[in-house]
Amino acid sequence: MAAPWASLRLVAPVWNGRIRGIHRLGGAVAPEGNQKKKRTILQFLTNYFYDVEALRDYLLQREMYKVHEKNRFRDKEWIRPDKYGHFSQEFWNFCEVPVEAVDASDCDINYEGLDNLLRLKELQSLSLQRCSHVDDWCLSRLYPLADSLQELSLAGCPRVSERGLACLHHLQNLRRLDISDLPAVSNPGLTQILVEEMLPNCEVVGVDWAEGLKSGPEEQPQDTASPVPA
Amino acid sequence: MIRRVLPHGMGRGLLTRRPGTRRGGFSLDWDGKVSEIKKKIKSILPGRSCDLLQDTSHLPPEHSDVVIVGGGVLGLSVAYWLKKLESRRGAIRVLVVERDHTYSQASTGLSVGGICQQFSLPENIQLSLFSASFLRNINEYLAVVDAPPLDLRFNPSGYLLLASEKDAAAMESDVKVQRQEGAKVSLMSPDQLRNKFPWINTEGVALASYGMEDEGWFDPWCLLQGLRRKVQSLGVLFCQGEVTRFVSSSQRMLTTDDKAVVLKRIHEVHVKMDRSLEYQPVECAIVINAAGAWSAQIAALAGIGEGPPGTLQGTKLPVEPRKRYVYVWHCPQGPGLETPLVADTSGAYFRREGLGSNYLGGRSPTEQEEPDPANLEVDHDFFQDKVWPHLALRVPAFETLKVQSAWAGYYDYNTFDQNGVVGPHPLVVNMYFATGFSGHGLQQAPGVGRAVAEMVLKGRFQTIDLSPFLFTRFYLGEKIQENNII
Repeated sequence: MAAPWASLRLVAPVWNGRIRGIHRLGGAVAPEGNQKKKRTILQFLTNYFYDVEALRDYLLQREMYKVHEKNRFRDKEWIRPDKYGHFSQEFWNFCEVPVEAVDASDCDINYEGLDNLLRLKELQSLSLQRCSHVDDWCLSRLYPLADSLQELSLAGCPRVSERGLACLHHLQNLRRLDISDLPAVSNPGLTQILVEEMLPNCEVVGVDWAEGLKSGPEEQPQDTASPVPA
Repeated sequence: MIRRVLPHGMGRGLLTRRPGTRRGGFSLDWDGKVSEIKKKIKSILPGRSCDLLQDTSHLPPEHSDVVIVGGGVLGLSVAYWLKKLESRRGAIRVLVVERDHTYSQASTGLSVGGICQQFSLPENIQLSLFSASFLRNINEYLAVVDAPPLDLRFNPSGYLLLASEKDAAAMESDVKVQRQEGAKVSLMSPDQLRNKFPWINTEGVALASYGMEDEGWFDPWCLLQGLRRKVQSLGVLFCQGEVTRFVSSSQRMLTTDDKAVVLKRIHEVHVKMDRSLEYQPVECAIVINAAGAWSAQIAALAGIGEGPPGTLQGTKLPVEPRKRYVYVWHCPQGPGLETPLVADTSGAYFRREGLGSNYLGGRSPTEQEEPDPANLEVDHDFFQDKVWPHLALRVPAFETLKVQSAWAGYYDYNTFDQNGVVGPHPLVVNMYFATGFSGHGLQQAPGVGRAVAEMVLKGRFQTIDLSPFLFTRFYLGEKIQENNII
């Protein structure tokens, strides 16, 4: 993919400055002198005629669009659906690329739907926040991801209880587990402690261990201004 | 022009009759009606007690297509599937007769509630797999309008079976069969076992099999109540009473080899009310024996086993009640949240209970140590002498523990081969069995219920073939031994 990269670098200096040549940006670099001459003629025309300027803008935009299309997923973190909820067709070109992270928050994914996620052997991060159909049975299915999964988030799932959290111990590579806001867990503080014991290498986030503890008798307010005389 | 959509199955011919249907709507049961009218006229005539105004609402109905003896999880499962698989709504009238509505001695409520697929017989594995999917989708199966969804409190922690040197080969072949049937079971060596569960002492363990999915334990009481609620909403009648008598008729027939055989058919079930001498004869077509630990008594009432020993008539139902103890103890340093239900090489088993370092478990006694099943009293010495040493050996943390409570329950123990009896009796043609599961009845109840319902309605097993579990194996001597009984 050397040519598009080369073109990208070319585009930047052209783009930041004034709009210059509209020559093929994906092609080889034209010799400097030639470009300069052409630039001056068109530059000259552009400075004088709004129409030419508009035409050049339009053609340049088209070139830019083509380049972006080619490099759309490069350096982009997440592949998201567009405003209509559709994923782009270009996604199909990436069949062989291993999926690192899946964000299935607020999805209606259920027990059978997890079939699709479990095939991703290099999945590192999975987010199932606020999934209303994810329950203890679904959590018992996650063990095939044990080798790669490092981050799991179950925040806000209404059907997950401490019984499902018990089967997360297969995920020995887990480094970060989010179990905040689980309404079905009967004793969040104790559950957090037990899960931390179960997964010693993992940072378990979500519940303050002091939750559910009653505060002790109020201590006498100390007079810190002056030391208490012996 | 009105197009009527014919109900499913009726298109081929309105007059075709299939087993299990009644000609609905306009049934002119003329003979029955005449005898009823005669009875009523006789009771009005002077000199007879007037039956017309007596209140019989506490009695079971006088007629019922199917009478299920025993209202535990197996009986209710059969009732549910009969209603689910009937070809037309309201086609089958089902009556469930349960002696004790508090279920104080029923095996279901006293069960530890485990479900696992680690069996050696493919049929057992298939039954458990189906039951797991039933429990997973229980709120679709047992949904009742306006009732809250069921919370089975299922712990998907799996079963861990440990095998010594001599059992290791059998365990490997069993796991192969289990994987073929679709169960997700993994084999672990002692080193892997120590890595995964550091609290285990692997002395004497050669191999371990660990169920990864669809295994664990749940609340059997919730399943029972859910089934009861659903089954009542489907129109099944309940009756609290005891079956005291079967009225049957016999027919002498010749087999193809010209041997005489006497076939019996049960016509009436006498249901006696609790704490009274009153009884109701229920006329029925089919009787299902799901009486659990007391199935042998029901079978004896029907005349099963009356005959010279060694013949089919003389083959009794080999199910008897066996008492099993379950102990609950507290051990603060015990195994953590990930603990599966561990079944030791010695037969002792334990599992976690709740979040608070409580565990429950027990051990099946050997044949010589069998306690007297006359009552459900708990023997605490049994824990001290026979259970605790094995637990402490396997899990060193259990050397200090404190027993909180204990209870006892019955296994409907099949003395022949510890597997269930399913299907019709060869001689008493309308008695079907669903009993004898020897400790794994709860986890196989949905599958067995469906199998019996298929046998009753369609005449053969359709989804899971349980023909190895028929009664005839007791006469033919064909044992189907199940190795992994806890």
